[in-house]
Amino acid sequence: MSKKIVAIVDRIDTSQVFTELSDAQSGGICVFVGTVREFTQGEEVVSLEFETYQKMALKEMDKIALDAAKKWNLNIVIIRHAVGLKKVEEPVVVVGASSAHRDACFEACRYLIDTLKETVPIWKKEMFENKTVWVSAHP
Amino acid sequence: MDVLLFGIAKDIVGNSEIQITSKEKIPNSVQELKDYLIRKFPDFGKLSSFAVAVNSEYAQDDVPLNRNDEIAIIPPVSGG
Repeated sequence: MSKKIVAIVDRIDTSQVFTELSDAQSGGICVFVGTVREFTQGEEVVSLEFETYQKMALKEMDKIALDAAKKWNLNIVIIRHAVGLKKVEEPVVVVGASSAHRDACFEACRYLIDTLKETVPIWKKEMFENKTVWVSAHP
Repeated sequence: MDVLLFGIAKDIVGNSEIQITSKEKIPNSVQELKDYLIRKFPDFGKLSSFAVAVNSEYAQDDVPLNRNDEIAIIPPVSGG
């Protein structure tokens, strides 16, 4: 891995990710963008609010990027998550990888987002018309 | 001992931090801290699960706690 970008930001600019992952040694770039969906189990979401334990989140994101680079031959890895209030359709997370051939970056991209959702200390609160819910908090 | 709180843990306690003073029995391990929280704030027992981080790393139940450690409660994460 020649470059790694791991960040927590207020706002995600999806237009910068191609340039960040672009690399002379790479023949493939794969990117996943997670966005705010309007309906959760039939209920209309007004907005989402994300908060994080930033110091630990960055450490965990760093581990995920390094693990991915051990599993696949990657040139650049990016993991960027937004915090704060997000409206429907706004991007909240971007993960991506570039590699010589497409298999590595496709597989790595899935690993990056799946592992982030399991281990990185970021919490999402769903705001509905008349209630708020911390996602996954209760069985 | 100061314990940082995030997400629903903050709502349960009503604060972003708990201070456990020597008037109470200070938890010596992650397990003792979890037991303390569930005893004092029964809503912790209703969560799907919760983890404890010591110095910003996930810590198993048998990890000892020291006064200068940075300790945080990590309720079920839901990023992405």
